[in-house]
Amino acid sequence: MSFISYLINGISLGSVYAIIALGYTMVYGIAKMLNFAHGDVIMVGSFTVFFAVSMQGLPTAAGIILSVVLCTLLGITIEYIAYRPLRGAASSLAVLITAIGVSYFLQNVALLIFGANTKAFTSVVTIPAIKLAEGQIIISGETIVTIISCIVIMIGLTLFINKTKAGQAMLAVSEDKGAAQLMGINVNATISLTFAIGSALAAIAGMLLCSAYPSLTPYTGSMPGIKAFVAAVFGGIGSIPGALIGGIVLGIIEILSKAYISSQMADAIVFMVLIIVLLVKPTGILGKKIQEKV
Amino acid sequence: MKKFKINKSLKDNLLTYGMVILAYLIMQILIGTGNVSSLMQGLLVPLCVYVILAVSLNLTVGILGELSLGHAGFMCVGAFTGAFFSKCMQDVITFSLLRFILAIVIGAVAAGIIGFLIGMPVLRLRGDYLAIVTLAFGEIIKNIINVLYIGKDSKGFHFSLKDSLSLGLEEGGTVIINGAQGITGTPKDATFTMGIILIILTLIIVLNLIHSRDGRAIMSIRDNLIASESVGINITKYKLMAFSISAALAGVAGVLYAHNLSSLMATPKNFGYNMSIMILVFVVLGGIGNIRGSIISAVILTLLPELLRGLSNYRMLIYSIILIAMMLFNWSPKFIHLREKYSLKRLIRKNKEVQ
Amino acid sequence: MKKFKKVMSLLLVAAMIALVGCGNSNGSAQTGTTDNAAGTESAGDASAAEENAPAQAADGEVFKIGAIGPSTGSAAVYGLAVQNGADLAIKEINEAGGINGTLIEYNFQDDECDNEKSVNAYNTLKDWGMQMLVGTTTSGCCIAVAAESANDNMFQITPSGSSVDIINNNDNVYQVCFTDPNQGVGAAQYIGENAVAQKVAVIYDSSDVYSSGIYEKFVQEAANQSFEIVSAEAFTADNKTDFSVQLQKAKDAGAELVFLPIYYTEASLILTQANAMDFAPKFFGCDGLDGILNVENFDTALAEGVMLLTPFAADAEDEATQSFVSAYVAAYGDTPNQFAADAYDAVYILKAAIEKSGAAPSDSVSDLCEKLKGAMGEITVDGLTGEAMSWDADGAVNKAPKAMEIVNGNYSLIQ
Repeated sequence: MSFISYLINGISLGSVYAIIALGYTMVYGIAKMLNFAHGDVIMVGSFTVFFAVSMQGLPTAAGIILSVVLCTLLGITIEYIAYRPLRGAASSLAVLITAIGVSYFLQNVALLIFGANTKAFTSVVTIPAIKLAEGQIIISGETIVTIISCIVIMIGLTLFINKTKAGQAMLAVSEDKGAAQLMGINVNATISLTFAIGSALAAIAGMLLCSAYPSLTPYTGSMPGIKAFVAAVFGGIGSIPGALIGGIVLGIIEILSKAYISSQMADAIVFMVLIIVLLVKPTGILGKKIQEKV
Repeated sequence: MKKFKINKSLKDNLLTYGMVILAYLIMQILIGTGNVSSLMQGLLVPLCVYVILAVSLNLTVGILGELSLGHAGFMCVGAFTGAFFSKCMQDVITFSLLRFILAIVIGAVAAGIIGFLIGMPVLRLRGDYLAIVTLAFGEIIKNIINVLYIGKDSKGFHFSLKDSLSLGLEEGGTVIINGAQGITGTPKDATFTMGIILIILTLIIVLNLIHSRDGRAIMSIRDNLIASESVGINITKYKLMAFSISAALAGVAGVLYAHNLSSLMATPKNFGYNMSIMILVFVVLGGIGNIRGSIISAVILTLLPELLRGLSNYRMLIYSIILIAMMLFNWSPKFIHLREKYSLKRLIRKNKEVQ
Repeated sequence: MKKFKKVMSLLLVAAMIALVGCGNSNGSAQTGTTDNAAGTESAGDASAAEENAPAQAADGEVFKIGAIGPSTGSAAVYGLAVQNGADLAIKEINEAGGINGTLIEYNFQDDECDNEKSVNAYNTLKDWGMQMLVGTTTSGCCIAVAAESANDNMFQITPSGSSVDIINNNDNVYQVCFTDPNQGVGAAQYIGENAVAQKVAVIYDSSDVYSSGIYEKFVQEAANQSFEIVSAEAFTADNKTDFSVQLQKAKDAGAELVFLPIYYTEASLILTQANAMDFAPKFFGCDGLDGILNVENFDTALAEGVMLLTPFAADAEDEATQSFVSAYVAAYGDTPNQFAADAYDAVYILKAAIEKSGAAPSDSVSDLCEKLKGAMGEITVDGLTGEAMSWDADGAVNKAPKAMEIVNGNYSLIQ
């Protein structure tokens, strides 16, 4: 019985990783950059909800909308100021470092505005938990909402990329920026759109992360951000269903290794499994195999 | 033309060595005349640590062309083995210089071996996948060190991965590595002079490697893997060579780091991925593949947060803005274009060339 | 071209520094480890003057007290509390005319909770002319800084650095808080002697010096007590959002009490998650748990019945605590936690020691230290975190721990 409840705990943790990883993988897939600031956009999203709902007393729905709008604008601004000037730079590492700079920046702005004290986040989810087997197995409302959101977002994104013109433009940009431009695609606008969607997803992920684990500090986003990055790589970075699978698998491994091997070494075990998977399948579970041409 | 080129690289190297030695002499004179603040004196050894780290990572990132996010892990291995050795031998070898040199050798070898073992499987991966795997290894190393307990009593060493109680030490036994509490009371053997010597040693190793036949083979792998494979270069061998040397040098930096502070703990701050990324920032800001650039940017970025202390709580905010601004300034194609257009020096040089 | 790039970046940095660094270059700190540029300005001087306006006495006529803690980074909450707590005490003392008529100048430096940065902060304060140190805030950093201060024979009193390694072999260092072993043993004895529970589970942070220190001693002492430890699970700094496994194990083992030698940030998550899984044991913590009721927006009903051994509670009824809390809230807009109270006490302890020893600001750092060391053994101080606190020669504090229980959303003393 305890195994099943561990499994369910793993899925709830994994679903949070998955929803963050979706935003990560989306931006990586199109813009081909590791956006280390993604975790901090998550934090901004959560703080916006916290500020609107808990401090200003707005209704939850208004807080959610405000947070999504603000994060979308933030994503576009970050891309415009910090990443766009480096497009076409000699090394792709340059933009990675700027992303880290942006991450520090967001953390410190939040620290100055909201202070370092931990805030308890009021869950945006009102669905009650499901209790099975005489209360021995509990599936929380947050988990249900997170998993449903993950699936909805995954389907939505897949449809968007495959069925709409803007989505096709994204695919084209991810394949070859130069050729896409020749075909009359506005590359800058397309990448802005990618960041806008990625950051909106980050806002949603932030709310769900903080609803499931209701502690909010300026550094809330950084560790889940890294874990989600690992999840995205696990599932095959750039692959949208891969992010979902990677996130959930990661969550389950983490919980099970804590439960059955060692609670101190859970991280080491998670990373070890990641390494083994990558050695067997070098582009992740659902990653595309890239053939290099001579 | 060919001769000119050789001279240029020699000149370039000499400039790098000269810069380090000059900096050392200036500092020594300033210290001698009592013109250096305690902050600056305290920063001298850490500066050496970061310079060595930046140069060694540049070997992996700039010369081998692989992104590694686990450099702090190798530093951690070096730091703990070195400090462990010094702590055990504190009473046996009382001549501190000899003990320190031995600690450095041990730290370097240990980090090099770990680098080799990790490199063997993972160097088959490319790009961001390699980056995440190195990050993972860095975190694994930190995690293991955090649960590692080693104690010593009359029966020898005891190991545990649980807690210090399960070591089963007898009366009078001492715990040397105490899990998260790390190693306390490492002798403070690191000095600025020693640090500079280690920097120069690092530079000799790295610069000679770059300009050797092996170095050219390594760079050919970076520039085109398939082409270099087709001319018979042993990819695995050269990749491993660069990677383990880089790891060993990071180990040296770790030993220096450990012997500068009396308490050594593996926290996310000093041996986690944050530190690995910080070292990467030094390398990228200084110019990928540019050794001298790494040295300068390591120094600037280590000093910067200390210089900004006057801003109290706004310090790290300003630091992040400066970091972004410097990256844009150094790397953005637009800025590079602007700089080239309006740079005085270039105009002067152009005029000279015309003449 | 490459070289030019470097020169430009150096110039850029130099320009930035010139722009931001209040232009208070006194030439004493001019350096540059590269060939040129990056001139160091003694930044400490600038901030000191701003931070404490009342203390504008002539040089050598003020006591210069420095403090160190993380004011950025994930441990910032503790550092900022120490910064403000000490600041409040110093302002009060200055307004009342100072110590023996001498005002205090105060300077706080950030260490980001990193050993190396902490030593940098210490050196910055030394350049500023610090005579006594209130710090550092966290145990790990404190061990590193204590080695430096012992070398300089600088008097140091740490509000919250609780590891024994801080005071071992460093006779210039004193603590305001209990040492970790003291807390671990104290907690085990309290649980055993008062028969609070028979089956005890522990959840601790294995990557934290404070937490693993208490855990170790708790387990050792538990062997002598009547209760049994049924599960002991750890978490790490990188893995502190999900506690479902640790709680599940405690629940499966039938624990009646969960001992939490951790900080309140994680504890608030543990309480929420335990509630979500219908697990309601008694929770028992140490001083790190204080502050849990002040987590903004936290449902304090979850903390109902939590017991903790802590020297300070912001809701205590006595007059000293209440006036401290209201002054703190008025000045900084936050309810003080135990760190703020420790720092506040540390400053008053310094004051008592200075008054006792008759130390003067003109004494050298080392003389001052010797005088204060002599006085520390003789004074007893009534502070917020303990009545009649006194110190042994080794630097550890003697005071009575208070056992608190959270009842109706307030701390109440268990007699």
